[in-house]
Amino acid sequence: MKPQAAIRTLSATTLALGVALAGAQGVDPARQAELVRVVRQDCGSCHGMRLTGGLGPALTREAMADKPVDSTVATIFHGRPGTPMPGWRLMLSEVEARWIAERLIAGFPEEPRR
Amino acid sequence: MMRRRECLAGLAAIAATGCASMAPSIGTGDLGVVVERASGRLAFVNTTSRTVLGEVDGLGDLSHASVVFSRDGANAYVFGRDGALSKVNLLTRRIEARVMQAGNSIGGAISQDGALVAAQNYTPGGVKVFDARTLALVADLPAEYAPGRLSRVVGLADLPGRRFIYALFDADQIWIADLADAARPVITKFENIGRQPYDALVTPDGRHYVAGLFGEDGLALIDLWQDKPVARRILAGYGRGEQPLPVYKMPHLRGWAVAGRQAYLPAIGRHEVLVVDTETWQQVARIPVAGQPVFVIARPDGRQVWVNFAVPDYHRVQVIDTLTQQVQRTLEPGRAVLHMEFTPRGEAVWISSRDNDRVSVIDTRSFATLAELKVDAPSGIFFTSRAARIGF
Repeated sequence: MKPQAAIRTLSATTLALGVALAGAQGVDPARQAELVRVVRQDCGSCHGMRLTGGLGPALTREAMADKPVDSTVATIFHGRPGTPMPGWRLMLSEVEARWIAERLIAGFPEEPRR
Repeated sequence: MMRRRECLAGLAAIAATGCASMAPSIGTGDLGVVVERASGRLAFVNTTSRTVLGEVDGLGDLSHASVVFSRDGANAYVFGRDGALSKVNLLTRRIEARVMQAGNSIGGAISQDGALVAAQNYTPGGVKVFDARTLALVADLPAEYAPGRLSRVVGLADLPGRRFIYALFDADQIWIADLADAARPVITKFENIGRQPYDALVTPDGRHYVAGLFGEDGLALIDLWQDKPVARRILAGYGRGEQPLPVYKMPHLRGWAVAGRQAYLPAIGRHEVLVVDTETWQQVARIPVAGQPVFVIARPDGRQVWVNFAVPDYHRVQVIDTLTQQVQRTLEPGRAVLHMEFTPRGEAVWISSRDNDRVSVIDTRSFATLAELKVDAPSGIFFTSRAARIGF
């Protein structure tokens, strides 16, 4: 298998695993795909498309390793006063914010190649 | 097609031997590049034929990539998020030089004489200056505002005379680096300019530097023509008493909108464009728009100002009539509009729609779509006419 194909398969597997994990938490697969895109692309305008940081801090698995889930959810949902981090509650449910927080801590999925 | 490519590849060699008459006559005035942010590629475009000419890849992480041009318009300097600075030739469509100069970078500028290219960095916070020809490091200017503390740098712009001006997000300062003698850069510092400058612009005449503030309602202004320039606050408290709206993307000030004697600036946390008189620096109007403005850009003649928006309103683009100071048109050119660039004299504007993998070319008088180009997740669009403009 070519490395690229392997990565693609791996991403697909990661995504499938994500789907299985989150099924019980009420974020359906189509919405999950949207959320992956929102995080990579829109959160990416401050945190970097590869989540390596920018005006906002890095959100890579290494950077998130010691971050508690609940405070991460709160940051996503309500924002952080005094910093440019806005609350995303107009665009996300709290369940979705938790889904994102958990995946950031675990290492965020890549977007599937379009 | 093949023959053309060989010709292009041979250009440098022909030029070197001095056989100018043999060289195909290709100017650079109607060329440009479009950043394909997701794939680390740059697409080369022609604004006369409205076509994609080719691509170059291997440019790394191009989220938030920006570009400046050499004076001859033949080279694009590409600043990548991952700290890479690449010099790309628009005629050969090849990377001529590339350095990893930082861990996290946000953009750059080129000196008035075209000799120096400067990159502004978040990590490590500061500015690095390079020889525009070779990309050899000329000066390293850490933004060390307190012992061991480096600020993220924003709003870097060129000033006349091998000088660069920039703002320190974490230190509430603006610095000017004078590289007349590159071995001994002289830094002039302006302190307490306002909380959290997030981006800045230099006016087209090079006289005024305006920094937007995230941490308070207002902007910082420096009149650079004065013998002893000072930073002062303008539009202080422009949104006083109102609950700020969430800012899902920071506005960009570069690519200024100065039309006549009016400057059009994105408000922050308000769905408004602020209009400022550049003689008095007083606010003269606030124009309600469709979302948090990101780019507020004047057509080169100043007759219109085009505005795009942060998520979730980034499927819209609005056009402000600068005589009536009202929105005259709302367009929906595609999903996730990230950038707009005018052709050199403004008869058309190119608009990137990231989620449609499309760049739309729109007539600025009739608003008709003149062409749609397929480009992979396009973000920034940069035409070589920038080479001749201060602050670009």
